[in-house]
Amino acid sequence: MSSKMQSSGSIAQARRTVQQLRLEASIERIKVSKASSDLMRYCGEHAKNDPLLMGIPASENPFKDKKPCTVL
Amino acid sequence: MACQGLQKGETLASLKTESDGLKKKLEVERGKLNDVELHQVAEKTEVLGALSIKTRRVLKGHGAKVLCMDWCKDKRRLVSSSQVRTSTDLWTREHGVSLPCTWVMACAYAPSGCAVACGGLDNKCSVIPLSLDKDENLAAKKKSVAMHTNYVSGCTFTNSDMQMLTSSGDGTCALWDVESGQLLQSFHGHTADVLSLDLAPSETGNTFVSGGCDRKANVWDMRSGQNIQSFESHESDINCVKYYPSGDAFASASDDATCRFYDLRADREVAVYQKDSIVFGASTVDFSLSGRLLFAGYNDYTINAWDVLKGNRVSILFGHENRVSRVKLSPDGTAICSASWDNTLRIWA
Repeated sequence: MSSKMQSSGSIAQARRTVQQLRLEASIERIKVSKASSDLMRYCGEHAKNDPLLMGIPASENPFKDKKPCTVL
Repeated sequence: MACQGLQKGETLASLKTESDGLKKKLEVERGKLNDVELHQVAEKTEVLGALSIKTRRVLKGHGAKVLCMDWCKDKRRLVSSSQVRTSTDLWTREHGVSLPCTWVMACAYAPSGCAVACGGLDNKCSVIPLSLDKDENLAAKKKSVAMHTNYVSGCTFTNSDMQMLTSSGDGTCALWDVESGQLLQSFHGHTADVLSLDLAPSETGNTFVSGGCDRKANVWDMRSGQNIQSFESHESDINCVKYYPSGDAFASASDDATCRFYDLRADREVAVYQKDSIVFGASTVDFSLSGRLLFAGYNDYTINAWDVLKGNRVSILFGHENRVSRVKLSPDGTAICSASWDNTLRIWA
């Protein structure tokens, strides 16, 4: 492969990298404090519906074996 | 021979200088918004109590390492691989089937529950329709959809049975039409094997995240093929990526023995889940339904449950006798399934 082909391949790659970085540098960002409080709010709002977090009674969990009952 | 000529004043060196400058600018811009740490904001949240999660089922029947699994939307069935098997119905314990697919590293249930996709060392991802007739010749019905030039590491259906997303050791991800096998979009940007992908929760639109051996996690626009955001803070291969349930963040598991949490709107890493005592690679992660817990499977045979907000470990799940290759939350959030090199799957609840 001639050096001209090689360097044109690298140039194309370098151009792509620059274009990609320009795009990434230009996006809108929010502060970590705001992002964190939003994440916390989501967790808080959904916590009560999270079976693994809250624990649900064995009778309602299909994976927990129910104790057999006998009707007397 | 046609070559792309240089623009006026542009050399390889000038482009390198510009890209170095842009990388610095990215660091500075991200740094400006890093006004506080997530765990500091989370100090006002209650500390989590001990979790009462234990093994409820052990599924044997694979004669080899289980590399991958996925839940069916009906919450009762699983598909798992190295050789592909659908599970017992976990509630009624009826038996599942073995499907004609070897060398499988990735498997997924179709949203309808009527088919499974599997792919791996054959460089393909195939779809097999499931049938109630146990004697039906499923090998004949297996259809190749995705064709990569190296192994398929991950696959998922999009929101219907009609489209499938794959990640590959060839460094790309791809979107396929299942019916025709047509390549709809390819995603280039990783510079080494892509090991994992995850689709954003449907409310957040058409994006997905991928992670790989180049230590990068990339977020992609599914329609345009554009790499929207990129995160490079792991010190080794990223084995797994998973979206937080709101779609505003994602977690990753890496051979560097840490899991990390990235917020997409802040465009940076906001937490690292690590301990000096954890020295083996993390292979897999999944969130609980509220996103408060992160379950991570490790090469030291354990699963750790982390408090996503506060950053501390809440629980260790012992039981597997070899590496944990996959953990996945059931569709209704009541259980976690883990797959392991000890040839079993475990259901924890």
